[in-house]
Amino acid sequence: MKTLALLATLCTGALLLYGTKDFPAWGDPQSPANSYLSPKYIEHAVQETHVPNLVTAVLGDYRGYDTMFETVVIYCAGMAVVSVLRRNRSQ
Amino acid sequence: MKQLQEKAKQRQLGDSLIIKTAVRLMVPFIQLFGLYVIVHGHYSPGGGFQGGVILGASFILLALAFDMKTSFKHMSEKVNAILGNLGAAIFIGVGLICALVGGLFLDYSALNIIIPLGPVEWRSFGIFLVEVGVGLAVMSIMVLLYWNISSSGKMDEGL
Repeated sequence: MKTLALLATLCTGALLLYGTKDFPAWGDPQSPANSYLSPKYIEHAVQETHVPNLVTAVLGDYRGYDTMFETVVIYCAGMAVVSVLRRNRSQ
Repeated sequence: MKQLQEKAKQRQLGDSLIIKTAVRLMVPFIQLFGLYVIVHGHYSPGGGFQGGVILGASFILLALAFDMKTSFKHMSEKVNAILGNLGAAIFIGVGLICALVGGLFLDYSALNIIIPLGPVEWRSFGIFLVEVGVGLAVMSIMVLLYWNISSSGKMDEGL
């Protein structure tokens, strides 16, 4: 069973590494994300949100959905630890 | 964990006046700095996650320097749980209210219908509301994780 799990992990890892070959180069100015998305944020974020810190504007407004589920992930981690570890004194 | 605790008791390491006094003086400033990091996230590096961790660290520091009972005096388990749930609820609630008044989910400019501040100002203020929610949730979960793991769930003494 353990070798099977190891095999599955290795296969998935190899597939993922193979997939990274198609990524644009690190910091490539012609990549899709850098050619229209980043300039749009940099040019319009302050006008559209009145937040001088672009990171906060992207994190809280444009990518609010992502941040919401980051919070949910932390919340779930806390709930999991409590449900596994917490014991009442009477028990 | 038990062995470590007994060892520490034998060596009389747990009761240092210097550490206790220093922590007592530092905790209010750490909490103030945590609030500053949350509130000032619009203008400087920071925001809900970072500020929440700093706030949580202040309570963890109390529990480390004194004992767990002292940290319960400042933040009881019940209040902590309420704050954590409230934080997550603020974030999702703000998003839901945006959707209910006619905008998209988490599109804060829709809140302009309730209080007319202007859609752009509402986007700025909506980010602030959300950051406060994140800060509360992260603070509560950090403290909760420390309490539970350090006392293996019994919440009596801790490290």
